[in-house]
Amino acid sequence: MIKNSSKIINLIKVETVEMRGIVKQFPGVLANDHINFDVHVGEVHTLLGENGAGKSTLMKILYGIYHQDEGEIYVNGKLVNIRSPLDAIRLGIGMVHQHFMLVPTLTVAENVALGLPSSRKFLLDLDMVTERIKELVKINGLYVDPEAKVWQLSVGEQQRVEILKVLYRGASLLILDEPTAVLTPQEVEELFHVLRSMIKRGYTIIFISHKLREVLSLSNRITILRDGKVVKTLPAVEATQEKLARLMVGREVLLQVEHPAVKLGKVALALEGIWVQGDEGLHALRGIDLEVHSGEILGIAGVSGNGQSELAEVIAGLRKPTQGKVFIKGINVTNWSPSQLLDYGLSYIPEERMRDGVVQEFNIEENLILKDHIHPPYAKGIFMNFHKIGQESERLIKNFDIRTPSRYTSLKSLSGGNIQKLILARELSRKPSVLVAAQPTRGLDISATEYVHRQLIEQRIKLKTATLLISDDLDEILSLADRIAVIYEGEIMGVVKRNEVSVEELGMMMGGVHKDNIP
Amino acid sequence: MKYKRVREILTGLIPIAAFLLALLMGTMMIAILGINPWVAYQALYNGAFGSINAIADTIVKATTLLFVGLGICIAFRAGVLNIGGEGQLVVGALSATIICLTFPDLAGWILIIIALLVGLLSGAIWGGIAGFLKAYFNVNEILSTIMLNYIAVYGMNYLLRGPIMDPLQVKLGSFIPQTARLPQAVDLPRLIPTRLNLGIIIAIFFAILVYIFLWRTTIGFRIRMIGQNIPASRASGINVPKYMVLAFFLSGALVGLGGAIEVLGVHHRMFTDGSASGFTGSAGFNGIVAALFGQLHPLGTIPASLLLGALLTGANKMQRVVQIPSALIGALNGLIVLFVVGSEYLRRSQARRVELITEVGYNSKHKSKKEDE
Repeated sequence: MIKNSSKIINLIKVETVEMRGIVKQFPGVLANDHINFDVHVGEVHTLLGENGAGKSTLMKILYGIYHQDEGEIYVNGKLVNIRSPLDAIRLGIGMVHQHFMLVPTLTVAENVALGLPSSRKFLLDLDMVTERIKELVKINGLYVDPEAKVWQLSVGEQQRVEILKVLYRGASLLILDEPTAVLTPQEVEELFHVLRSMIKRGYTIIFISHKLREVLSLSNRITILRDGKVVKTLPAVEATQEKLARLMVGREVLLQVEHPAVKLGKVALALEGIWVQGDEGLHALRGIDLEVHSGEILGIAGVSGNGQSELAEVIAGLRKPTQGKVFIKGINVTNWSPSQLLDYGLSYIPEERMRDGVVQEFNIEENLILKDHIHPPYAKGIFMNFHKIGQESERLIKNFDIRTPSRYTSLKSLSGGNIQKLILARELSRKPSVLVAAQPTRGLDISATEYVHRQLIEQRIKLKTATLLISDDLDEILSLADRIAVIYEGEIMGVVKRNEVSVEELGMMMGGVHKDNIP
Repeated sequence: MKYKRVREILTGLIPIAAFLLALLMGTMMIAILGINPWVAYQALYNGAFGSINAIADTIVKATTLLFVGLGICIAFRAGVLNIGGEGQLVVGALSATIICLTFPDLAGWILIIIALLVGLLSGAIWGGIAGFLKAYFNVNEILSTIMLNYIAVYGMNYLLRGPIMDPLQVKLGSFIPQTARLPQAVDLPRLIPTRLNLGIIIAIFFAILVYIFLWRTTIGFRIRMIGQNIPASRASGINVPKYMVLAFFLSGALVGLGGAIEVLGVHHRMFTDGSASGFTGSAGFNGIVAALFGQLHPLGTIPASLLLGALLTGANKMQRVVQIPSALIGALNGLIVLFVVGSEYLRRSQARRVELITEVGYNSKHKSKKEDE
């Protein structure tokens, strides 16, 4: 079935995988409740579901990281017992994880060879590995230089290395865990092209994703999980985005938020020729000029790592620019401290919410007052006013629908979506005139994402907040932003109105083509 | 839910279990030396609680441990490790002594208060130096506090062998490195006719104060915040270096005050055997154990200090009665530190597990509720 490849590696053919009645119980929660799932050679079968629906658990069982409490797995019709990833690989099953597991200082070939026995016993056989990788690259169209160091590669290339690692080990069934999260639209198309050609050559793919558009474009069949149960398995041709969203969440979901036009106010946030050093000492931002009006959402589109984090930090006062000026409401705030900026009406939803946004060991009430605890009504002199803090917390928990047993619950026991709701509650209740929202829905499921989107839009209408929305998710920017600025290697490639630009044009700008140079 | 409650209780018992385990290990060591452990532990108990005097000694020992423990609570809550208790005790005691010797005419309550304040302040500065180096120059605070310990001890040795040596020692030619006895008017009042003095009352008062400070004031909130998450503190507008220095300053202040009270309440003079522990009895380190034993909670540190004080007092007695080499007492002490500190790690990972279980349990419950609607 699989041509060419079998000559250079010992390909382990997987014709069918069938998981029957899989049950996995974790303390207090049934992660997989009698799940039936099957995949056949030459198809892409997508697992779709909200966070916590049980899709990762199911795939970790198939890949041998967990073991099921009940149920059987059949590979090529034979009952198998998969005790570890090594067992899975021996059966021809490989998994590409969402977070890359590569050593940046080693070459591609070295990364691929890591953990494998050498054909020359105690001596390295990197030359042979390199040759084989070159073959695999050629056959599958996964272009990457085996002798390049991993840190020199783009994210898209690193992902190809991850796929190569799995192919090199002979897998013919690939489990891909949210592979598109880090890619540009063009890179996604390239990846899909590669995957489709691999399917034709007899590979099989299990695709985990929550991006409905991509799921529909790639899959043959789609299985939707909710609360550990299979809701439905259906051919992709019978599915629509709305239908999938409804099956996933269990109720109607508005994929497009209402986005009424708002009359723009004055310029609330302005950046003039901002240069900033990144952590490696190179300039992460190279002369950024931007203006955000009150009542406007300006989206910053771009592939992650092009200066977005530094941009957010410079506005929040957490990183000092080497050149240029920042203005808020017409005042030069360039070298203000974070606390001055907070008091002047700046709110910040940080990209790394667990690191910069919350204190995990504190309870919900304490996390809600991280920023304003020294101001009345939360403080009376140097003493905290717990009566008022409690009242205010209860109000925010209710208004922002933070699902928690009580306000004294430790933050750690909240789900990702609820933690983001808490941050929103804190940042929006401060009634900011400028809001920096960095990756506000990263890692959130559909319901929580929908909620965050609604809040951002509402804030824009009600309070005329000037919002700078930084996101890797182009769909998110397209559905929320009034204007879009595309950032590439620390420079703005162009600022465009949302309804005057195509995805292709944005994609080109994200790849480094200046707006004026687009034909 | 029941499962969680049981786990919580078990988790709380871990330090006590560790303590008992350490004693068990000690029992084996004593037995190997050919001494009846029962007799040894009986001596230990009598030494700590056997008489009014023993109890008083236990409490006196606990007083210093409590002050150090409180200082440690503040530092550890701010996420910095103050290993400089020894130095801060010495500096606090030394400066209080010098004040009392310099202004004998002021003797009385005024001088007591001044001496205690000076002790507090000098301890604060000693701790503050380490905090400043850590916050602004990123100097590892473990290193700097240990170095500051040396400076304090050798400074003390120099002063006691020279400038502030008891004139009587010079006259007699015996040159014992100690100061003259402080004026009796600056002795802290005794509570009962033993060595038990007002110090323990002051210590407990400060324990309550530290509790209120850490959990009821905005400054305490910020100190606890930088201790848990520095990036989030920065993003919340907190000047992290400033609060780091403040935490070290306050930590040193409490320890320095402990040193001053030790002089005014117990020894009434400063003396040295060349090492820090000659004066402090290693309270600067044992206070860390007391704080950890008390779950880094100021009020929990009170019983923890008493327990540790009893152990140390009793161990001295045990050494005398059953002729156990003093090295073994040190080893036993070390065992307890090791077990208790180690169990703290275990306790934390257990606590995390308990929370995980509640979380998952809550989520699943919540989901099923949503479905009913």
